[in-house]
Amino acid sequence: MEQTPLLKVNNIEVIYEHVILVLKGVSLDVPTGGIVSLLGANGAGKTTTLKAISNLVKAERGEVTKGTVEFEGKRIDKMYAPAVVKMGLIQIMEGRRTFEHLTVEDDLLTGAYTRGHDVKGIKESLEMVYKYFPRLVDRRNAKTGYISGGEMQMCAIGRALMAKPKLMLLDEPSMGLAPLLVQEIFEIIVQLNNEENVAMLLAEQNANMALQFAQYGYIMENGRVVLDGDADTLKDNADVREFYLGLTEIGKKSYRDVKHYKRRKRWLA
Amino acid sequence: MAFFLEVLFNGLLVGIMYSLVALGFALIYKASDVFNFAQGDMSLFAGLALVGFLTVMPLWLALICTIGVMTILAYGTVFIVFRPLVARPPLILFMAAIGLSFLVQGIGQSIWGTQPKGLFLGIPEITFDIKEVFLNTFDLTFGGVAGVLVVGLVLFFQKTRTGRALRAVADDHEAALSVGIPLLRAWAVTWMIAGIVATVAGVAWGSRLGVQFSLSLIAYKALPVLILGGIDSITGAILAGLVVGAGENLAEVFLGPYVGGGIQTFFPYLLALLFLWFRPYGMFGKEIIERV
Ligand SMILES: Nc1ncnc2c1ncn2[C@@H]1O[C@H](COP(=O)(O)OP(=O)(O)OP(=O)(O)O)[C@@H](O)[C@H]1O
Ligand SMILES: [Mg+2]
Repeated sequence: MEQTPLLKVNNIEVIYEHVILVLKGVSLDVPTGGIVSLLGANGAGKTTTLKAISNLVKAERGEVTKGTVEFEGKRIDKMYAPAVVKMGLIQIMEGRRTFEHLTVEDDLLTGAYTRGHDVKGIKESLEMVYKYFPRLVDRRNAKTGYISGGEMQMCAIGRALMAKPKLMLLDEPSMGLAPLLVQEIFEIIVQLNNEENVAMLLAEQNANMALQFAQYGYIMENGRVVLDGDADTLKDNADVREFYLGLTEIGKKSYRDVKHYKRRKRWLA
Repeated sequence: MAFFLEVLFNGLLVGIMYSLVALGFALIYKASDVFNFAQGDMSLFAGLALVGFLTVMPLWLALICTIGVMTILAYGTVFIVFRPLVARPPLILFMAAIGLSFLVQGIGQSIWGTQPKGLFLGIPEITFDIKEVFLNTFDLTFGGVAGVLVVGLVLFFQKTRTGRALRAVADDHEAALSVGIPLLRAWAVTWMIAGIVATVAGVAWGSRLGVQFSLSLIAYKALPVLILGGIDSITGAILAGLVVGAGENLAEVFLGPYVGGGIQTFFPYLLALLFLWFRPYGMFGKEIIERV
């Protein structure tokens, strides 16, 4: 069943500020309707990969200097980010990035910007978002600066859903959230994948969670993909178990070392 | 009492002009983090353009053409001057704005000349009184126009799709881009709105004092207004403009005689300084949402 994947990233190189080489040849595929995870420690280049795909790197003075990105068979690597959103590819940025002075509902509606004045369709989408995230209903008139971290993440995902995407790039949706909430959010992501047929490319440090829900995974280090495979195969791989899942053959001792940075992030969030 | 009210009203009417200039600053600052040094020059530019157009066409058409010119100026500014500067540090944007200020002034004067020009709109200036408070129709007309403009802007920002997108851009440029809002276009629209606001201020001022270089200096009058109102607050800009206008006029008339007059010129700065001491964000500076 080798058909063209929804997203095909072909050996891309990304350079920031004309001099800082960050991605040194990254390739990956996301099949239509699939969930693929992109794993790696701090600074591995996950965010840069996602931004290269969504074309947000340009806004940070970065540039894809080699390789190609194809979405539904079309080259998108030279396009302007909003045009890519209109095609159905949207990124949910690290750190949620809701618009803090907008109400939850206004924030959600900004996600429908590329759909123009399709009032009826947008209203239906809004109802759909509230169906998946009933917690947002009560908070619809609150400014997003005042809602909880979990609600912000829901708002960010809901906002992306308003664009009617075929592919969502999620950058560390679990960051800074309590485990139960992470579980809840990942379940909704899977549900969206099943019911709305949205493919997901999921960048995570939380390999455990990511591999539990994804079908396929890529592991990045230092701007390169160093390993890829079916989620189940990766889960059984000894190195992955040790470095990313924090499980050594002896026990769970190294978990703390591997994950301490994450805890730091949690404090900062 | 009647005299006090009259002084107050006249101050408020001048204050409206300050409000408009400060509003232009605040809009652009909120949307693009640029401290638009050229806001006053844009008023001069609009005034010059209108005078130029009026020599060959009727007022209504000249106004439309002026707005057209300001729109072109806005798009040019964003797509030519600021596009290569995306994601650069604020100081660089500030320098660019200073450069822009001279450029706009220079272009305006090289097209339309440097002599002061009269601007006659044909709005009657009839003075009348309500219980001995003297007012005139010219001032009231401009007060009305400014009021309508402000209400229109508020509705635009709160109720329309583009307005919502502009508010999103003001909060977080990159996130706005990530949901598909074209950043440069959003900035251009903001500059265009600031251009329209500058036009109203420039025309009002110009038809009172003549269109001349000093018009661009109303920008400096707006600085204390910005400090008072908070640089990124629309409401703040409007209210602070009125406060400064009324305040300086009252101070001049009622305190002036004791200190020998001339208070008007520095009173706004004094007020601003006091604010800097006690409320550095101004009356309505953007509420900074701190999460703990
Ligand atoms: N705008 C930028 N300019 C220069 N270098 C950058 C920029 N953004 C990221 N980098 C560098 O690129 C490398 C990869 O960063 P990236 O943010 O992609 O990693 P990441 O895998 O997402 O890490 P994290 O888990 O911390 O989010 C890092 O070394 C970082 O310092
Ligand atoms: Mg990252």
